[in-house]
Amino acid sequence: MPPAIRTRNLTRIYRKSPKRGAPAAEFRAVDDVDLEIQPGELFGLLGPNGAGKTTLIKILCTLLFPTSGVAEVCGLDIVKDCERVREKINMVSGGEASGYGLLTIREQLWVFSQLYGLTTKEALSRIDRMLDQYGLAADAGTKINRLSTGMRQKMNLIRGFMTGPSVLFLDEPTLGLDAHIARQARGFIRDWMAEDRTRTILLTTHYLAEAQELCDRVAIIHQGRIRACDTPAALIAAHRGDAVFEVTLTGLDGQAERLRQDADMKVSRLDADVAAGRTTVRFTLPDDAALTGALSRMAALGGKIVNLSKHEVTLEDVFVKIAGQSIAEAEKSSE
Amino acid sequence: MSSLANNLRAASARAWIRVVAANRELSWVFFETFLPAMTTAGYVLVYRALGAPAEYEAYVILGGVMTAFWLNVLWGMAAQFFWEKDMGNLDIYMMAPISRMSILLGMAVGGMLGTAMRSVVILVLGIALFHVRFEIGGLAAAFGIFLLSMTALYGLGMMLASLFLLFGRGAQRWVEVAQEPVYLMSGFYFPIANLGFTAAAIASAFPLALGIDAIRQTALGSDTGFLPVGVEAGALAALAVLFFLLARRMLRLMENRAKRDGKLTLKWQ
Repeated sequence: MPPAIRTRNLTRIYRKSPKRGAPAAEFRAVDDVDLEIQPGELFGLLGPNGAGKTTLIKILCTLLFPTSGVAEVCGLDIVKDCERVREKINMVSGGEASGYGLLTIREQLWVFSQLYGLTTKEALSRIDRMLDQYGLAADAGTKINRLSTGMRQKMNLIRGFMTGPSVLFLDEPTLGLDAHIARQARGFIRDWMAEDRTRTILLTTHYLAEAQELCDRVAIIHQGRIRACDTPAALIAAHRGDAVFEVTLTGLDGQAERLRQDADMKVSRLDADVAAGRTTVRFTLPDDAALTGALSRMAALGGKIVNLSKHEVTLEDVFVKIAGQSIAEAEKSSE
Repeated sequence: MSSLANNLRAASARAWIRVVAANRELSWVFFETFLPAMTTAGYVLVYRALGAPAEYEAYVILGGVMTAFWLNVLWGMAAQFFWEKDMGNLDIYMMAPISRMSILLGMAVGGMLGTAMRSVVILVLGIALFHVRFEIGGLAAAFGIFLLSMTALYGLGMMLASLFLLFGRGAQRWVEVAQEPVYLMSGFYFPIANLGFTAAAIASAFPLALGIDAIRQTALGSDTGFLPVGVEAGALAALAVLFFLLARRMLRLMENRAKRDGKLTLKWQ
C-alpha cells in the first residue's frame, strides 16, 4: 500500500509583482518539505500562523500548485492525477463559515454529499447517524445562519467525515472553539479514526497540547521548513535533557533582566511575568543540579520563594528549542 | 473522469439550493419581478407616446423577458464563483471530484427556474395590459430558438465564470462594464437590424441578439429581422457548441492559472 501522503522537496513560492517602484518580492511559504505519512496515521503539523501549514494542505488538496517538488496522496500525483486524488480526500478548516444561510444543517450536509456521488438515501442515512453521534440531531432542522460557532464546526466535521475520505485534512479544526467544544471535537476526530484503521488524518494546529493529545506523529514546521518529525514522546524524550522550572517570588521587582544576563544563572532561556507584586520566572537549566545555584542568585537579588515547581517537557518546549522562540513569539514576529 | 451520474447529482443539488433559497426569501418576488416589469412597462409607454407601430411594444415585452436571463447569466452564474469564494464554499466545490461545469450547470438551471418567474410576469403583463399578440403557429419554433439561445447564453456564462476563478473581484468590474453595452447591442428594446448591417453582424456574436431577433420573427411575425430565422437558428447552434467547448477549455486554463498564481481560494482577492 503506498503512503497516504508523500512529498519530496515540495516548495511553494508566492511572488508579488513589483508595484510603484517597489521591487518584486517572493515568499517561500513551503520550503523543500519531505514528508511521508502512512495509512492509519493521525499526523500533526505544528507551527505558528504563517509557518506554511495551510499552504501545504492546500497543495495536497489540489487547490494550489507547488512551485517545485512532488506531492502524492494515496500514491497519486496531486498535479497529474488531481481528479483521482479528489475522490480520496476531504478537508475541514477551523473557523470555516461555508454553507448557505437559508438551508438547514441536514439540507446543507445533503448538498455537500452530492458532490461526492452519494445517493440521497445513503447520504441521508450517514448524515442522520452522524448528527446523532455528534449531538446535533435535535438541531438538524436549524438554519445555518442561526448556528453558534461550535455547532457550525461540528457540522463542518460531519461534512468532512461523511464522504468517507481515505485522507482527511483538518486545518486548525478547533480554532476559535471554547475548551468544552474543542474537547468534543478532538473526541470526534479520535472516534472517526478508530472506526477504520486505514483512515489517515493530516491535522494542522498551533495548539501544541492538542497535537500532543491526538497525534501519532508530529512534524514541527517553521518558516516553511520541517524542523523535526517524530512521535510526540520521541520528540519530548530527545529534549528531556533540559530541566524547566517555574519559581514565583516576592521582592524581585524589576530584577528579571539582571537574572537573564547573569552568567552564573546558567539558564538557556528565562521568561518573567510580574503580577500583583509577585514575579513568576520560568527558566531552562542544563540539568537539575544547576537549580541550587540559580535559586541562590535569585535570593541574592532579594527574591523570596513563594512557589517552586518543575515543569514537564512538552511539545511547546520542543518547539522553543527547535525554533528559538515560542509559538506566540513566532506569530508576533511574523505580524 | 467523474461519472455523468455523479456530475448530474452535483448539478441538481446546486440547482436545488437556488430553488429552496428563493422560496425561503420571498422578497425577491418584489425585486425580481415587479421592478423589472415596471422598467419594461416604461419602455412600452414611451413607444406608445411616440406613436411607434404596435409591434414595437411587443418587441419591448420580449426584450424584457430575455433581459432577465442575461442578468441571471451575469450575476447569478458568471459571478457565482466569486460569491462562493466570498462565502467560503469555493474550496469545497473545487476539491470535490466533479466537473466545474456541473456546478455551473446547477447554478444555471436553478437560476433559470427563478428567472422564468420574472419572465412570465413580464409576459403576462404584456398580454394583459398592453394586448401584445403572438403568432400561435410560431410559438413552437420560438420555444426551440429560446432553448438554443439559452444553451449558447449559458455557455457564454460559463466562459465568464472562468474569469472569476482567476480575477475575482476584478472580473466583476468587467462584467459591470459589459452589462449596459449588451443592452444596446442585443436589441432588447428594438430590432438589431436598425443598427445597420456591420454593427448588427458584430452584435450577432452575442447569442441573445440573434435569439431575440429570431423569436420576434417566429412569435410575433415580425418582418424586421436581421437574418432569416433558419440562418439565425444555425448560428445559435454553432455559438452554443463553440461557447461550450471554449468554456470547458477556459475553465481548465483559468483554474490552472489561479492554482499556479495562488489566487483560487484567497478570499480577499
